Amino acid sequence: MIKRRQSLNEPVLSVRDLVIQYEGAGGVVQAVRGVRFDLAPDESLAVIGESGCGKTTLGLALMGLLPKNARIIAGQILYRTRDGRIYDVVRLSGREFRNFRWKECAMVFQGALNAFNPVLKIWDQVLDTARAHGLRDRTRVRDQCERLLRLVQLDPDRVLQSYPHELSGGMRQRVMIALSLLLEPRLVIYDEPTTALDILTQRAIIEVLRSLRQELGFAMVFISHDLPLAAELADRVATMYAGRIVELAPVRHLFYQPRHPYTRGLLLAVPPVSGPLTTVASIPGSPPSLAKLPPGCSFAPRCELATDHCRSEEPPLCTVGADHWSACHCWSAVSLDRRTERLGGASHA
Amino acid sequence: MPEPLLELHGVSVHFRRGRTLLRAVEEVSFCLEPGDVLCLVGESGSGKTTLGKVAAGLLRPTSGSVRYRGQDVWRLPANAFRSFRRAVQIVHQDPYASLNPIRTVADTLVAPLLHHGIARNWADAVERAARLLELVDLVPPEQFLPKYPHQLSGGQRQRVSIARALTVGPELIVADEATSMVDVSIRVSLLHTLRRLREELGVAFLFITHDLAMAKYFAWQGRIAVLYLGRVVELGPTPSVIGHPLHPYTQALLAALPEPDPELTRQKAKLLLRSLDIPSLANLPGGCSFHPRCLYFVAGLCDVERPPLDAVDEQRAVACHIVQQERTGSDALRARMEVPTWGNDERLSSERG
Repeated sequence: MIKRRQSLNEPVLSVRDLVIQYEGAGGVVQAVRGVRFDLAPDESLAVIGESGCGKTTLGLALMGLLPKNARIIAGQILYRTRDGRIYDVVRLSGREFRNFRWKECAMVFQGALNAFNPVLKIWDQVLDTARAHGLRDRTRVRDQCERLLRLVQLDPDRVLQSYPHELSGGMRQRVMIALSLLLEPRLVIYDEPTTALDILTQRAIIEVLRSLRQELGFAMVFISHDLPLAAELADRVATMYAGRIVELAPVRHLFYQPRHPYTRGLLLAVPPVSGPLTTVASIPGSPPSLAKLPPGCSFAPRCELATDHCRSEEPPLCTVGADHWSACHCWSAVSLDRRTERLGGASHA
Repeated sequence: MPEPLLELHGVSVHFRRGRTLLRAVEEVSFCLEPGDVLCLVGESGSGKTTLGKVAAGLLRPTSGSVRYRGQDVWRLPANAFRSFRRAVQIVHQDPYASLNPIRTVADTLVAPLLHHGIARNWADAVERAARLLELVDLVPPEQFLPKYPHQLSGGQRQRVSIARALTVGPELIVADEATSMVDVSIRVSLLHTLRRLREELGVAFLFITHDLAMAKYFAWQGRIAVLYLGRVVELGPTPSVIGHPLHPYTQALLAALPEPDPELTRQKAKLLLRSLDIPSLANLPGGCSFHPRCLYFVAGLCDVERPPLDAVDEQRAVACHIVQQERTGSDALRARMEVPTWGNDERLSSERG
């Protein structure tokens, strides 16, 4: 079991009231609307949500990789470096950000094939990365790289001499994970790290991430639509809906006692494979368009608990328990009957 | 004796790519009765989509036969082949690619109704199309008929695809990953719609998926066939295959599968495999294709002789030497084959005594 973070530890990342919008031919779309969270060093946070909820935009913003038509309208993204300095990456210039990226914060993207240069051998790409960040000692880079590749269960001699297309999807993903740790960042962001991989490869990646974290100790943010992945690897989970974090809680609380009807709906829609047949249900309706959000709570049109209050006033993200936050007027009425009995057996009170 | 609806017998499909021969499907046999549900479960490259195409008559197998109501479909005269193709409809994975973007929902549904002479005239066809939309829960239908695909969400498009498959009154629907490109919150309702069609219309389903959770919920009353590198390695009723897998590959899959439950899934961190590398279809290992990865591998047996898909009881069949030995002899292997199960019911533990 992973220990809860200590209160003394200052967060490595603090996101404050972040608002991001896209400007396109169809008008202005707010993809991220007032997102706010803290991430402790060595903590793992999963951001879950469906397509179009703004989770990838959030991830790109954390890395300063937003596309040109996106603008950060308000808010701060504060990183605390090892020596205690605080940077607001929203205000960093391109050059400052290049130094910062990969050293302090690395990102592993969904399609690992696209992240590699197809005409360079892996070792040359490693060297390029290292040089770009001022590491000139080839032997040291080689040693570090071989150590990391062994940690992700790959044969360094074979992999480093390969071109990306010679590796399988799972191997590429593991190389990317190893590479992301080359400069010992304090934070790694994973965007759908296991999507499109086979189940057995997924399991291998999950095990690799878990052991890497134990070995090296770094903070992780997972961006995923995959609830099982969050259940596996997260200490805390944030549910995003229509550009907002609607629930944020320790992983067991969120899975066994969700306090937002959307989280509850997701849990009921993703049944476990083992065990007897349990009830499954989907959420009626479909997610709103970010360009045309309903008034009040964006989830109200799909919510069975919705009242007139919900349809007129957007609920803020409020404390509903120890370290548990929900943006729902009716949070106390949310109950997950299917699984609540498991909470008694869980390790926290 | 009534003939089965569709029977695949020893079906192999080989593709030639340059000088290499890819054995996508090898000697697969199964049988579907009217109203049956069979799930083909497998990872990428297991041949499940190829098999789906063979079952729907879109692809002619390299060897083996496909029989529709007892008749070899590739020897049928043209008009009988057409009626077979009408009886077996396919719903594709990608609802964004499978609908014509410049046709409205009404156009998409009316065309086959008129073409096959099911509707007498345009008005009748539109009337029938509206009823089909109701059947797939696109209500009110008048609202959906004039829409173009780009005006619909992924889930709604997939429902239109299903309605289109229903226009010709099929006896079997091949659903190839029909729910996998739809958001999770909507996936289950799509699955419910498919289940209802099965119950109300008695349509048989060949449900192709990589997602065991979807297989479980769709085919609980039906069967699952687990594919590995083009072969069926395990076949049986869904509850027993999922609750008590026999083949080492099925066991490894279920043991590896992340579950949406933190306690349950964190007990699983174990890979029941010797190797992660999946052999290439162009260069399959000898003997059992799974032997380089299998924990129970016995040298001199598994790497030499290919295990046939043999019955273990009236309903289940497994292609594994070790399982078959365990069943027939009292081997020390029995102890080795004990696998942990996760959160399963007491039935299993009592079975093991």
